[in-house]
Amino acid sequence: MADLRTNFAGIQSPNPFWLASGPPTNTYGQVAKAFDQGWGGAVWKTIGEPIINVFSRYGSVDLGPTRMMGFNNIELITDRPTPENLKEIAEVKRNYPKHAVIASLMVESKREAWHEMVKQTQDTGADGIELNFGCPHGMSERGMGSAVGQVPDYTCQIVEWVKEVATIPVIVKLTPNVTDITYIARAAVKGGADALSLINTINSIVGVDLSTFEPQPSVAGKSSHGGYCGPAVKPIALHLVSAVAADPSVKIPVSGIGGIASWRDAAEFIVLGAGSLQVCTAVMHYGFRIVEDLIDGLSNWMDEGGHRTLADVRGRALPRVTKWEELDLNYHLLAHIDQDKCIKCELCWTACEDGAHQAIRRLERKNGGPVVEIIEEACVGCNLCAAVCPVQDCITMERVPNDYPPVTWKEYAAGKGRLAPRSEHFHTATWSKSR
Amino acid sequence: MQRPERVRSLSDEQLAANFADIAPALTNDAALLEADKCLFCHDAPCTIACPTHIDVPAFIKKIASGNLRGSARVILDVNPFGHSCARACPVEVLCEGACVLNDRDEQPIRIALLQRHATDYVLEKKLKLFEPGKRTGKRVAIVGAGPAGLACARDLRRCGHDVTVFEAKTQPGGLNTYGIAEYKLKADVALAEAHDILDLGVELRLGIAIGRDIPFEKLLTDYDAVFVGVGLGSTKQLGIPGEDLPGVVDALTFIEHLKTHPYRDTTVGRQVVVIGAGNTAIDAVTQAKRLGAATATIVYRRGEADMPCYHYEYELAKRDGCGFRFNAAPQRIIANGSGAVAGVEVRTSNGSETIPCDMVIVAIGQGERGLVVPHDDPRVFTGGDCANGGAEIVNAAAEGVAAAKKINDMLERTHG
Repeated sequence: MADLRTNFAGIQSPNPFWLASGPPTNTYGQVAKAFDQGWGGAVWKTIGEPIINVFSRYGSVDLGPTRMMGFNNIELITDRPTPENLKEIAEVKRNYPKHAVIASLMVESKREAWHEMVKQTQDTGADGIELNFGCPHGMSERGMGSAVGQVPDYTCQIVEWVKEVATIPVIVKLTPNVTDITYIARAAVKGGADALSLINTINSIVGVDLSTFEPQPSVAGKSSHGGYCGPAVKPIALHLVSAVAADPSVKIPVSGIGGIASWRDAAEFIVLGAGSLQVCTAVMHYGFRIVEDLIDGLSNWMDEGGHRTLADVRGRALPRVTKWEELDLNYHLLAHIDQDKCIKCELCWTACEDGAHQAIRRLERKNGGPVVEIIEEACVGCNLCAAVCPVQDCITMERVPNDYPPVTWKEYAAGKGRLAPRSEHFHTATWSKSR
Repeated sequence: MQRPERVRSLSDEQLAANFADIAPALTNDAALLEADKCLFCHDAPCTIACPTHIDVPAFIKKIASGNLRGSARVILDVNPFGHSCARACPVEVLCEGACVLNDRDEQPIRIALLQRHATDYVLEKKLKLFEPGKRTGKRVAIVGAGPAGLACARDLRRCGHDVTVFEAKTQPGGLNTYGIAEYKLKADVALAEAHDILDLGVELRLGIAIGRDIPFEKLLTDYDAVFVGVGLGSTKQLGIPGEDLPGVVDALTFIEHLKTHPYRDTTVGRQVVVIGAGNTAIDAVTQAKRLGAATATIVYRRGEADMPCYHYEYELAKRDGCGFRFNAAPQRIIANGSGAVAGVEVRTSNGSETIPCDMVIVAIGQGERGLVVPHDDPRVFTGGDCANGGAEIVNAAAEGVAAAKKINDMLERTHG
């Protein structure tokens, strides 16, 4: 059985699965129940001057029958008084000493205010502090949340203030609503951050009611942009986590957040450099019980791959994330259709013909024979046909060997290396004539 | 068994097609699509409906997440007969019948096929999901290697007790091996499932009938506890003239022969009458038809609404082209000049009538076993058909598992 114990910037937890700061970590009762069901840690819903929320706070993006493929919220930080939150944090930590309990904090940008809040938080026995520099709605209008996290100087400054009094690890939670997240990450490192967590939610409007023209979620007919999360944001989060984890001037642990709903998602974050994982939307959808398969699936995957500890897999995919100019131009692929598996929907033909390189030929439907075939001299190996094919492993991308050594764009542009002969847009060039 | 004249002329290919799985395995694609449809209910009605209370949403979620090993473990942890239940459970009246999608006017999640998808992975990869517990030195005898006995044996081995199973037949598995309709569950799967349990270190003694070869009392002397899961006895007699004619066979013997021989070796009449209307009668009539009988007809003394079989089994028999004669009470079986079966005389509301046939299969339920069990002895436990009067594999498995827990509790108490 794989060892899932986690040491994240000195914060210990029995497994890497933490509840992210949000509605599921609002109270003692929720966090205690989550720990009882197997969660390794929890980042408390952001504490600060209690706010007043609006009614109607969440918007959902459904994809076909799948609910909450994307999700957004215009809820603010805690609406509970600070002493109440701190008392419950202390109680959780006392009753669950082996679990990671982290307080998320957000106060006005004044040195004294931060000092006071950090000191009070440390008195609870919490294992760490997460600075919420990411919340993109509401709080940012008041000069907090992403208003801080979008400006490197502010980020650095506040981290410095916090570190002046902090005796426990300080995690800085980053907003993705920036042009280049590594600038903010470096600013946090410069300020003395012990770790980073990302991503916070993405600015969004999830939809509009076309009968009333009300954006969703509607509050008395109006709405405000909210923070987007859920499975839809995972690819963005994977990229940003890998960018920060690979940055040589960051070098501090990164907690991965953004659309984690299954152990596979979690494993992807880990191999791209995440040291712990934070989950919120999937819990809001299905409850704390999902942690059982997160642990079981991750553990079975590690066992099957012969990986004993998380350290054995952490960052394993990072060296494979490179610049485009370092990719091999002589690596050639060709789509291959398994005619025995083909169900003759012609989705591949439609996609290739209209949306790609006109490299699939239609055949007359007769005697149950093939209806599509790859035009090998036109195929550029783009993957589109395999992506649209509704049958698993029906269209596969096959390697086309050649005798040419690998050559990158960087080398080729510098006059080095030779390009292997390749299928070009010969079909495209004659498209208007032939059709 | 006495056989009527050989009349069938189906090819081996046709026979194989007729006995192919009635619910073929899902492809990987189909399983993922189906798994994603599951709503992942809390306190799920499907789980409540299952006698072994498999956490259905949990195992389906694990299929969706690509954790097939974990999925199979959720199933087999509480139901050692997850393989056969996936194929032979009456899910229409259990988990799938309880699925909340029925209330949204949709087809329920195909839970049985998803369960098969997860558990087939274990057979295919030969995974060993469970281990015997630390040895306690306590000894338990189990009488009968059917689903109840082996389910009990599995969980007792997981607790570390020594287990010896006595089985009168030459193969383990009970009715799973010998009695489930061939198009639902084949003997090789039943045996693989049984051996998966036996591999936990269960001692199996085949060909030994307790009460005949070894007195029951000896078990009480030699073992710390005894579980009895001997199932039911042979098919009941009709008690009408002609019952002993050649060409009259009881349903269990007919099905067992079919399941233990190449298909062509089980002879079937041209015109077959099956007497009875329970689920075994349906298994007999459909399989007679699939073996090549020109007509296969259920003859039942009461009305359509009184049939004890499940509605979906009745529908299956109708789809197979089987006939039904209701309110026709068999009076005697008539022989022709050469002493072979020629018809069944029945009493109907219009008087007497003879239904011509050359083979009669009797399926009016099983009698009890003769084994006398001292029920007042606290070390004796029972489960499965012999205790519940005849139910499903899943009931036998649930009762075997429950008995193992009671036995373990008792042994731990006496252990001190």
